[in-house]
Amino acid sequence: MNLREQTKMQSPAEFDSDSKGPLASIQLLSGEPRRKLDARFRGLCVTIAAVSVLVLIGLLGSILLQGVPSLSLTLLTGGPEPDPSEAGIRPAIFGTLWVCSLCALFTLPIGVATAILLEEYQPRNRYGRFIYSVIQLNISNLAGVPSVVYGLLGLTAFVSMFGLFGSRTSQGGGLEIGVRYYDQFFSEGMRSILVPVSDPSQPVNKLVNGMQGFDSRGNQVAINVIPIGTPLPTGDELRYTLYEDGEAGRITKKAWYHFSLPLGRGVLTGALTLMLVILPVIIISSQEALRAVPSSLRDGALGLGSTPWQVVWHVTLPSAMPGILTGAILAMSRAIGETAPILIIAGIVYISRAPQNLMDDFTVMPLQIFNWISRPQEEFHAIAAAGIILLLAILLSFNALAVLIRQKLHKPLS
Amino acid sequence: MSSADSLATPTWRGDLDDRVSKYLGRSQRSLKLVRGRETVIYVILIASGLFSLLITGAIIYVLAIETVSFFKSDEVTFANFFGSTTWNPLLGGTKSFGIWALICGTMLVTAIAMSIALPLGLITAIYLSEYAPRRVRNVLKPVLEVLAGVPTVVYGFFALMTITPILQWLHGGFSVYNAASAGIAVGILCLPTVCSLAEDALQAVPRGLREGAYGLGATRFDVSVKVVVPAALSGIISAFLLAIARAVGETMIVALAAGSLAQATFDPRQQVQTMTGFMVQMASGDVSNYGTEYYSMYAVAFTLFIMTLALTMVGNIVRRRFREAYE
Amino acid sequence: MSDPTTLANEAAAIEPRPRDGRQTHFTHSREQTSEPTTLAIRVRDLNAWYGDFQALHAISLDIPANRVSALIGPSGCGKSTLLRWFNRMNDTIPSAHARGSVNLGDTDLLSRTTDVVDLRRRIGIVFQRPNPFPKSIFDNVAFGPRLHMKLSRTELQDVVEWALRKAAVWDEVKDRLASPALGLSGGQQQRLCIARAIAVGPEVLLMDEPCSALDPASTLAVEDLIFELRRQYTIVIVTHNMQQAARCSDQTAFFYEGRLIEVGATTTVFTKPKQQQTEDYVSGKFG
Repeated sequence: MNLREQTKMQSPAEFDSDSKGPLASIQLLSGEPRRKLDARFRGLCVTIAAVSVLVLIGLLGSILLQGVPSLSLTLLTGGPEPDPSEAGIRPAIFGTLWVCSLCALFTLPIGVATAILLEEYQPRNRYGRFIYSVIQLNISNLAGVPSVVYGLLGLTAFVSMFGLFGSRTSQGGGLEIGVRYYDQFFSEGMRSILVPVSDPSQPVNKLVNGMQGFDSRGNQVAINVIPIGTPLPTGDELRYTLYEDGEAGRITKKAWYHFSLPLGRGVLTGALTLMLVILPVIIISSQEALRAVPSSLRDGALGLGSTPWQVVWHVTLPSAMPGILTGAILAMSRAIGETAPILIIAGIVYISRAPQNLMDDFTVMPLQIFNWISRPQEEFHAIAAAGIILLLAILLSFNALAVLIRQKLHKPLS
Repeated sequence: MSSADSLATPTWRGDLDDRVSKYLGRSQRSLKLVRGRETVIYVILIASGLFSLLITGAIIYVLAIETVSFFKSDEVTFANFFGSTTWNPLLGGTKSFGIWALICGTMLVTAIAMSIALPLGLITAIYLSEYAPRRVRNVLKPVLEVLAGVPTVVYGFFALMTITPILQWLHGGFSVYNAASAGIAVGILCLPTVCSLAEDALQAVPRGLREGAYGLGATRFDVSVKVVVPAALSGIISAFLLAIARAVGETMIVALAAGSLAQATFDPRQQVQTMTGFMVQMASGDVSNYGTEYYSMYAVAFTLFIMTLALTMVGNIVRRRFREAYE
Repeated sequence: MSDPTTLANEAAAIEPRPRDGRQTHFTHSREQTSEPTTLAIRVRDLNAWYGDFQALHAISLDIPANRVSALIGPSGCGKSTLLRWFNRMNDTIPSAHARGSVNLGDTDLLSRTTDVVDLRRRIGIVFQRPNPFPKSIFDNVAFGPRLHMKLSRTELQDVVEWALRKAAVWDEVKDRLASPALGLSGGQQQRLCIARAIAVGPEVLLMDEPCSALDPASTLAVEDLIFELRRQYTIVIVTHNMQQAARCSDQTAFFYEGRLIEVGATTTVFTKPKQQQTEDYVSGKFG
């Protein structure tokens, strides 16, 4: 093998002509086949690399081809209407915005804190080292858990909270704040009258004469109940007059700070579930960013009498910040595109408006797109493609932002 | 520094020296306070570190208790779950929970995906690490990054709307939902994963090994295939394992393109249902929150979790060993 | 090995050599050279390990106050290890541990209960490669004072100016205190690092081969500075460069394979070494 390798530089003929002791008598293999093999392999590589570029072009091209005709302002402003020409993605955009910002709010501190612990605080003894290696391996494993499994975890741990707080239905249940229940009557003057409900688990109120309620302007009124067949009063009194067979429907008014346990299928649950999905990603990228800070800086700060946290806060963290931010943005773009866990916890529901509070039902962009793709009508597929274009545009701008941060904020550290 | 300028005279010394020695002699910041804050922060950091362990614990706990509820049901037996290839949880009279039907579908899709992603990913990695000129790298790397960043629901759309029609045009036997189309899309999805992990492994091989081989007159092909790849083999294997785990757990593509008929088949033209596909079907349909079919979702998830955990765990341990070998 | 108790006396006899033609612009008020030297750091029977590898064997050494002590020896002889035990920088290496005693005044430096944060304020360190933080020049010097003292803005400015003047770099940087420290030349960076260490008011300055990454001109500037600073600080310098040890130290300790071979006044060690190994090393036969 070695002899063969050595002769590569010279052709066999040349080698024979100038006799070099014992080597001269050895039959040498030509280097030609190996060079051909090399060239062929290079060709194969180039072809395959070209194929991956072509696949990307094909992917983007086919989506543009199907989606561009459906790109319109309606897509941005409309809700998920059953008529394809009116359908839009606005509630889903707001859902994505809510869920992903909340998710970043939860994930960044925990993720960066974990990375700091693992990179900047050395374990104090053998048990510490063992626990660190367990945590480290655990994080790499969590990164490999399918996101759909996190969805099921969210379903039990957040949506129903192991049933610890009872189950929450539209009739209340569980613990809640920032919500008021009303029984809504419609007067014969077609005005709504709201009667406050103190215990939502009780059945809907029966109509009683003189019952106190609020009219649509918020004024307190006493409901005037009249027997069936009695002529209706005229004028203002009609606003709060009902026949005795009038029936109410239960409605709720939720404040912006509405909160309840169990969390239900709301925005907060979505954010917490996505947190589980991208936490390992953020931890790993933050660790890499911290590891890239030269240890001479840490030594310098320690040598001045900094405590470990002062080293982190004043030296390591500022130096690692561009890397951490880049990683965080890429993780967020993953969160934006994540569909399966959201689908598991939120299901496919008709959402026509942006979420109003943390407990509000929601949908996100990829889920809305999934919804459209799974419809049989061709028109919805075109809208799905248009939605995908929108989604990809957002993700690409996130990626561009990450690149920009990497370049702008990156400065030499030593 | 206006105060500094006024002092920049030869007489700075006495004045400044006295003042500064006064400052330095003054009482220092309370170390007790600093140390207290330090302890609080350390506890917070440890709590966040333990949080990740808590997540794993919670996953196992949740999946385990719900799976236990599943097996407690009269309609389910171990023998049926592990021994049958009929997965039919929804239809009233003839419910059957044979997990093999779903595992089979998962395996079929994964096998198709890996037959694309592993060779192509490895060769691309070798090309990027050993052959590619700078210019090509600068194009190829971002392309792979973009491919890796595309949401899976987009790949699902691509599979259903582009790959399937092409397959049907090539061969009439493909049904609208089929394993091949989903497998190809999953393969494209996994390609960047394989490529970047394998490239990391190849890059970790010390330069000296390559230089030694080149010094003996080896061609680039000899160096890459006979020296670098064997040296990086365990790293490459770990890349493969992690990619397989990713393919097994892939959800949206199979939910859209593979179909929803659970059957044990090895015909890529047929529709199949994977474990993840079943969970999506359950979540997007109107299924009550308490029936056996609802709990079956957790039993399937537990099976999936154990499979992917085993793959990633082995993959990560192999990767760690490999890295240690070259550090 | 010589009896440690005599070492202090020997060190006390050291007179700083006059350095003609090396006039710095400092004319310091406190002239301590005629006073008897006091003891700054006392090392007794120090053994240190990295994991199973014993890096130091039974070291006993006295570091006199307000003098420059040089630790010399070939690479891997343990001189840096010893230096890094003086302010417990070795705590950052998980496998490092030590037995024996190292005292700064009444403080036992190796004790578990010693507050390393306070210790490192009292014993500053300057590293082999200049390692300014990626901040402005001002913020670099102000880093330590901000951690340890409550100072008003003008007071902080005073401290920064004072430290930079002491480190003989003020004139070069006074017009660009807000610009990044990494823009300075290597020699300036190293003097900035010295200023940074001085600014917290330490008693001892440890220097781990402070000139090895610098060009000859910068080396000269830093050596001048070291010689000047010993009037106020006890300085321990680790160096590879024997000329440097000869030029700017009062006491020299020679280490070989983790053992202290010889210690004494620098002139004695370089001209009339007692041990054969020292002579071989000093004359360049190995190292």
